[in-house]
Amino acid sequence: MDRIPILRMGEYLLVTIQVDMHDRLALSLQDDLTEQITRTGAKGVLIDISALEIVDSFIGRMIANISRMSRILDAHTVVVGMRPAVAITLVELGLSLEGVHTALDVERGMRLLRRRLEETDPVDDRQL
Amino acid sequence: MTGNSDTLPIRLEQDVVLARQTVRRLAQQLGFGIVDQTKIVTAASELARNTLIYGGGGELRWESVTDGARRGLRLHFVDEGPGIADVQQALADGWSSGTGLGLGLPGAKRLVNDFELDTEVGKGTRVTVTRWK
Repeated sequence: MDRIPILRMGEYLLVTIQVDMHDRLALSLQDDLTEQITRTGAKGVLIDISALEIVDSFIGRMIANISRMSRILDAHTVVVGMRPAVAITLVELGLSLEGVHTALDVERGMRLLRRRLEETDPVDDRQL
Repeated sequence: MTGNSDTLPIRLEQDVVLARQTVRRLAQQLGFGIVDQTKIVTAASELARNTLIYGGGGELRWESVTDGARRGLRLHFVDEGPGIADVQQALADGWSSGTGLGLGLPGAKRLVNDFELDTEVGKGTRVTVTRWK
C-alpha cells in the first residue's frame, strides 16, 4: 500500500502531502505519524498541504486528529501552505479546525514550532 | 467537454478520488474560477463518500446545464442502498449515522447553488447538486 513519507529532521517530523489521498491513505498517515512521534520523541510536526487542491471533512478531521494526538504525545503540530480557495471552502463546509495551528509557509511554520518548543521546553534543558 | 453527460461508478475508495478528479476537470472545462472549482470538488468528495459508505456504492452521473446565458455543472450521486429514514436529521449540522463529522450532506449543500435529495427507505438515495458559473 502507498504511504505518505515522513522525514525526520532533528526533533521535527516533516510531512509534505503531494497526492490526492484516498481515505485509507489519510488514516495510515495519522497512524504512522503518531507512531513516529513516539518512536523518535519528536517535539514538532510540520505538515505541508500546499499541494492539496481540496480539504474535505475527512481530511480535515484527520488533520485535527493528528494535531490533538501529537499534543497528547508531547509534540506540537503546525499545518502550513493551505491554499486560499481551500480555506474559503473549509469555512463554508463548516470545519473550523479548532486547535490546529497554521502558518502560511514552511519557514513561518518552522519558526512557530521553534517558538512553541522554547516556551514549553526551555533551551538549556534540551540537548542541542 | 466530450458529450455533455456521462457516468462514473463509485464502488471503491479510489473511486472517490477519481470522482474528485473528474469533477475538477469538468469544472475547469466549464471555465469555473478556482474558488468555485474547489467548492464543487469538495462537495463532490463528500457526496461520493456518502454514496460509498452509506449507500453501499453507486454512481456519479454528470451533465453540463444551461439556464439562459448561465452555464453550470450538475452532479447526481445515486445509490440503491438503505435510504435515509430521517431526512431532516441527515441534513442537520453535526449529525451523522456513520463515521463522518456529520458535515457530509449539510456541508455539501452549502457549497453548491442547488441541492436536491430524493431518498426512500429500502430503495436508495439520489442527491443532485448544481453549481452555476
